[in-house]
Order: sequence, then C-alpha cells, then structure tokens
Amino acid sequence: MALPVNATRGQHVWYWCLRLICAFGFLFLIGPIVIVVPISFSAGSFLSYPLPGFSMRWYDAVVEPFPWMFALENSLIVAVSTTIIATALGTLAAYGLTRADFPGKPFVFGLLISPLAVPLVITALGLYFFFARVGLVQTHIGLIIAHVVLAVPFVVITVSATLKGFDWNLVRAAESLGARPLAAFFQVTLPLILPGVLAGAVFAFVTSLDEIIVALFVSGPAQLTLPRQLFTGLRDQVDPSIVAIASILIAFSLVLLVVVELLQWRSAGQRSRRED
Amino acid sequence: MTDEAKTAPADRSLEAKLRRAQRRRSLNAFLLVAPLLLFILVVFAGPILSLLYFSVDDPKLAEVMPRTAEIVAEWDGAELPGEDAYATVVEEIRAAYEDRTVAAAAMRLNYEISGFRSMVMRTGRKIRRITGPPYKEALIGLDERWGDIAYWRAIKASAGPYTTRYLLAAVDLERKWDGSIGTAPPERTIYIDYLERTFWISFWVLAWCIAIGYPMAYLIATTGRRLSRILLALVLLPFWTSLLVRTAAWVVLLQNKGVVNDSLLYAGLTDEPLTLIFNRTGVYVAMVHILLPFLVLPLYAVMRNIPASQTRAAASLGAKPVAAFLSVYLPQTLPGLGAGCILVFILSLGFYITPALIGGASDQMLSYLIAEFATRTGNWGMASAIAILLLLSVAALYPVYRGLVRGAAGFRFG
Repeated sequence: MALPVNATRGQHVWYWCLRLICAFGFLFLIGPIVIVVPISFSAGSFLSYPLPGFSMRWYDAVVEPFPWMFALENSLIVAVSTTIIATALGTLAAYGLTRADFPGKPFVFGLLISPLAVPLVITALGLYFFFARVGLVQTHIGLIIAHVVLAVPFVVITVSATLKGFDWNLVRAAESLGARPLAAFFQVTLPLILPGVLAGAVFAFVTSLDEIIVALFVSGPAQLTLPRQLFTGLRDQVDPSIVAIASILIAFSLVLLVVVELLQWRSAGQRSRRED
Repeated sequence: MTDEAKTAPADRSLEAKLRRAQRRRSLNAFLLVAPLLLFILVVFAGPILSLLYFSVDDPKLAEVMPRTAEIVAEWDGAELPGEDAYATVVEEIRAAYEDRTVAAAAMRLNYEISGFRSMVMRTGRKIRRITGPPYKEALIGLDERWGDIAYWRAIKASAGPYTTRYLLAAVDLERKWDGSIGTAPPERTIYIDYLERTFWISFWVLAWCIAIGYPMAYLIATTGRRLSRILLALVLLPFWTSLLVRTAAWVVLLQNKGVVNDSLLYAGLTDEPLTLIFNRTGVYVAMVHILLPFLVLPLYAVMRNIPASQTRAAASLGAKPVAAFLSVYLPQTLPGLGAGCILVFILSLGFYITPALIGGASDQMLSYLIAEFATRTGNWGMASAIAILLLLSVAALYPVYRGLVRGAAGFRFG
C-alpha cells in the first residue's frame, strides 16, 4: 500500500488518515492486553501505574487451592472431556459428510453447525430447561454435554475443510490392497488429516475453557470453572489476583495462537501440495 | 432410450450392482454422521424447540387448584362469580395451604396482579376462621380484595393450561379480560425498550467495527509480507484471548482510578476522573474490542485475493481514486464485509457478560432479561418468550445476509 510518486494532495491526506485509523485500531486491539500484564506483578494492590514495586504475591494467591486451583481443575476436567468427545463425534461426522452424498446432506450439515448461529443465552436456556427435567443441572456431565454442543461445530468445520484437500484415491488404494475400512481410516486417512483434527480439537478445548454463559445457567458451586470464578471476582471485588490469572490466560492464548498457526500452515501445505 | 433398451442383461446387472454399491456408500456415510446428528437433535434442536412450548405452557394454577380453574374457565368474567366459585376457592386454598403447594399457584397469580401472592398466602393463613357458608361473605371478610372483580379475572387468565400472556408481554402487550389485546400497563412495558436497546447497541458496535476494521483489513491485505504477518498476529492474539480476560482488562483500565483515567489526569487532559465504566461508553469500548477481529478476519480473507492491479487498471483508465475504490474494490469486498457484519451483529445481539460487568442498569440487553427470568425469578414462561423474541430477531437477519452476498455477486458479474 505504497503511495505513488505522483500522488495528489488529496491522496496524501487519505493515505495518512488511513494509517492513523489503522494505528489506532491495532493499538486499541493489543493495548489493553499488553497493559494489564505488568500490573499482575505489582507489589501494591492498586490496579494502575506507576507500579510501586515488583512482587509475585498475586501469583501466590492464584496457586492457593481455593478458589483458583479448584476452578482450574474443574475447567480442565470439563475441557479435556469436551475435547475428546467433540473431536471424536465431529471427525466421524465430517468424514461421513465428505465421503459420499446422501439425501438432505446440506440440511444435516447446517443443523450440525447451527449451535454457532444461535445466541449463547438461548442455547443456555434450552439446555437449562432440558437438564432440569432429566436431572443433569449442577453436574459435571451436564456441563460437558453442553460444551460438546458448542464445541462440535468447530471440529466439523475444521475437519471438513481439511478433508476437502484429501486424496480419496489413497483410501481406495488401501482398500484394494485388502485394508478393512477401519484400518484404512486409522492408518491412511487419520495420519494425513491429523493437523486438521488437532486444530479442531484446539478449537473445542478453547471453546470449553472460555465458556461462561451456559456454565452460569447449568452448573452449580461444585462445577466452578475459571470463567465463572473470573465473572464472580469481576462483579464483586477486582483485585490484582484476577489480573494475575488473566495474565496467565493471555500467555496461554499466545501459545495456542502459535500452535494453531502451525497446524493450519501444515494442513494448508498439504492442500497446496495436492493442488500442484 | 434405444441404447438403454439394447443394453445386455449382464450390463444391467452391473449397473444395478453399481447402484447398490453407491447406495451402500451413502448409507455408510450417513451412519458415520448419525451419532452426532442424534446428539444435536436431542441436546440442541429439541431443547431450543421446547422453548416454544414453555412460552405458552401454563399449568401451575390448574395443578394446584384444578376445580377453581375449571369454574373460572366457564365464568364469563362480566360480574363477580357466584357462591359455588367462592366455596371452591376456600376449599382448594385450604387444601393447598395444608399441602404447602399454594405458593406455586400464588406466584403464578402474582404475574397478573402484583400483590396477589401475599394476598393468597394471607388468606391461606387465616382460612381456618372460615367454618361454613356463606363462603362469599366470609372470604371477602378475610380480605376485601376477594370482592374485586379484577382479582377474579386474574384467576381466569391464569387458569391454563396454555397462555399467550408471556409472548404478548414480551412485546409489551396483554390480553384483557374480554379477550381483546391491548397495551400492557406502563410498569410492564419494558421489553420493547430492551429490544430497541439491544439492536441499537449492536448497530453502533457494528458501525465502529466497520469504521476501524475495514481500513485495518485493507492494510493487512495490501502491505508487505513481513508487516502483514505481524499485524495479523496483533488481530489474532485478542481473538484467541478469553472474552472474560478481555472484559477484565477493560474493567481494570476503565475504572475511576484505572490506567486510562490516570493517564488522562497525568497528561492534564482532564481535571477529574471521567466515568468510563458502568455506562454505555464502557460497553461500546469493550464490545468493539471483543468483536473487531470477527470483522477484520473475514474481510482480510477476501481482500487478500483481490489483485492490486485492478485498482491500478481502473486508475490508468482515468478513474479517480474514490471512483476506483467504489466501483472496483468495494464491490469485491462485499462478501467478506457481509460475512463479518452478520457475525458481529448476531454475536452482539446475544451479548450478556460484557454489559453485565461493564454496563450500568440502563445498558443491559435482552440476554440479561432472559438470565434474570430463568435463574433468579424462575419465570420460565417469560424467559422462553424473550428468548423467542431474540431468536426471531437473529433469524430475520439471515435473509438480509444472503441478499447482501447475492447482491454482491450480481454486482460483480452483472
């Protein structure tokens, strides 16, 4: 987006206006995330600058068993279970959706990803009423089922996209050499689409780890998760231990960002190799 | 036709075999999808559809006081009911009070007239004093409101088993005792306000996202490879960061003694701290921050594939920069812009957490009402009715989106 040498005055003005808006936009996006992290290392309890000194005291509060470590444990139990179930169900469905046509396929695909299009609070309400009748309110299993609903569309979309670039001749070759369908899937298809499946799994994990609205509706004190504890903390009393846990989560998202970029880069590489 | 007629039997059986094999493949493919399909139908589609049922379901009064419900259903509502109605009410309140089931019915009656709950509970406490007929005088003697026809009409309206009151109330209407539909009393006409506010906030959030996000996506798509990657990472990091973490960051920054106010004071731009939190400003700032990546990313995906040579070609053919942008560049970005806009708008219509933590009482959106009714007051009917209102608002936007994308395609090729 370089300016031509013969640009008019008006073009110059536009060019710099655009740059100014962009600079503001990028600062706005990244600023808050960068600014809060140092506050978590503050020796004082004010949430502003200048920092009175460096200390790890707020991180000491975070590793106390209650509430943060308890919430972390719950979050991990729910997120790991959600990821395993959503990835298995979603990969299976995506495989079926790309393998062959069947009547009503577009409709089925639309239905499977529809939890993405419905506002979370409505899903939460429906699940709350449903769980209340079948006795799943305030249980870990209920929360996991709810999170699978929200996470599975991401797996279906990601794995379907990866399978679009998949060479089905490889499966035919394996089957013609005597591999049974299951063996062909685990030994030929799965290793090749693994980056896509893993990317889907990461999406599912993050969806569950970050989910709050459904958790507020269907879970109880025994299913306290990190987002719920953050929500409670922010509503009642904001202290630097919240900023400390936020900083840890920001570091975690940085790791995730890198992981997902690598995975997508790998599966994109596979696609382009196939197109060559 | 003639070719087919001439086909040898062996070929035909081969054809049949092929068709059978294809059918089997279809069936196998469907069987792989089936577990997830079943799961989504039972745990997602079913519960969402059940909201329709819960928005009209009205069993409470008829469960607790079945004969009263029958009698008032037949009563025309024009004048105070007769002695038998009073006798039934006395008998059923007495029984329900002893069984401790009366509270559920009293709660339902309270939706019609506030104060009805305590009136029924008090009647229940004193019901022992009524020992025999005439029940009408005795009941009015306990509480003279039993002689007010408005309360009897409220019982009639609650008789169930189905009601339109929640759906009507969600759009500020109510059914009068004679069956006509009119505006609800002022203390209950708050729902259209919430709906308007929800749309209004979403609209402004979207407008800000477009104003800031379009140039950002353009810059990422057209700048050099190295810078482009860095800028993209700056959009992706917030995108991957938890919504609550970002809301927390804004709570910390926007507080009266927060970073933003301290900086403004330090720079001498203000003399006293500005109120940036628990009001609309804070809600806009935090929501735009959370939703901006959802606009930038789809736009960037489209802009990346628009060759820069096209705008140059337009310019070399004499188009002014603005004209070249409007007639060559903008139309090609519309699919991405449409996708981004619909994503941002629909997501913001359903926002709950951020307004709850950063907004004040007058910045809450429809989601807040749904959560209040469902989890705090336990009014399932009202929660469902508002959820349906929100769902219809979202559904109404999909044709707009499809039209936008199709219009863009027509624009490009037409």
